[in-house]
Amino acid sequence: MRVKFAKKEDTLIVKIEGELDHHVAESIKSVIDDEYEKKSCKNLIFDFKNVNFMDSSGIGVIIGRYKKIKENNGKVAIVNANKQLHKIIEVSGLLRIIKCYNDIEEALKEI
Amino acid sequence: MEYTNMMELKFLSKSQNESFARTVVAAFAAQLDPTIEEIADIKTAVSEAVTNCIIHGYENKIGIITIKAFISGNKITIEVIDEGKGIDDIEKAMQPLFTTRLEEERAGMGFTVMQTFMDELEVESTPGKGTLVRMTKYIRSDK
Repeated sequence: MRVKFAKKEDTLIVKIEGELDHHVAESIKSVIDDEYEKKSCKNLIFDFKNVNFMDSSGIGVIIGRYKKIKENNGKVAIVNANKQLHKIIEVSGLLRIIKCYNDIEEALKEI
Repeated sequence: MEYTNMMELKFLSKSQNESFARTVVAAFAAQLDPTIEEIADIKTAVSEAVTNCIIHGYENKIGIITIKAFISGNKITIEVIDEGKGIDDIEKAMQPLFTTRLEEERAGMGFTVMQTFMDELEVESTPGKGTLVRMTKYIRSDK
C-alpha cells in the first residue's frame, strides 16, 4: 500500500495504491491527517483508481476523514472507484454524505 | 455437512494475515468458476469476518483463527472461527452502524457487508468461548 498526495488550490488529492483493509487503515489515517494539516487544505478528494480491494475498514477511513474535514468547513469526494469499491461504498450508506465522481477534474469542479 | 471438496486454514490473529486469508479462500473458490464480482464479494466478506476475529474476538491479542471452506455443487460455505471473547448480543452486533469501537473510526458495517455480499450468514457465539461465522454463496450457473 502506498499513498501519494497532490494539492490543487485548497484541495488535497489523496491517491491510494494497493489494498485498503484493517491492516493498513491506521497508518493511512495518520499519513492523510498529517498531510492535510501540513498543507493547510480545506477539501479532500480520495482517488481510488489504483485501489484493487477495500473492505469496511476503508469506509471507516473515509468517514473519519469526512468528520474532520467537515469541522474545517471542507468537502470530501471520491473518484475512480471500481465496481467492488462502489458496491461497498453504496452498502455502507456513504453516498448519503459523500459524492462519487468519474475523475479528478469533475470532482474539483463540483466540490 | 455434505461436500465434494474442503479446505482448512489456521493462522495467527495478526492483521497482516487478513490479505493472506481472503486470497486463499478466493483461490479455493476459483474452482467453481465464479465471476470477478463474485470473487470480490467472497474476498470482502472473508476480510470482514477475519477483521472481526482480530479486533473483537481477540481484542488485538494473539490467538488462532481457523477458516474452513466447503464446496458442494455450485455452493461454497465458509466458516471463520475464533476462540476469543464471544459476542454477548448477536442481534445487536449485527445491526448496521453498531460498533463498540467508535473512537477507532470503525464503521460498524462488518456484518452488514457480509450479509449483503454473501447469500446466507449465520453467527454462533458463546461468550468467553468464541465465535463462528458461517457464510454461504451460490456461484451462479446462468453466467
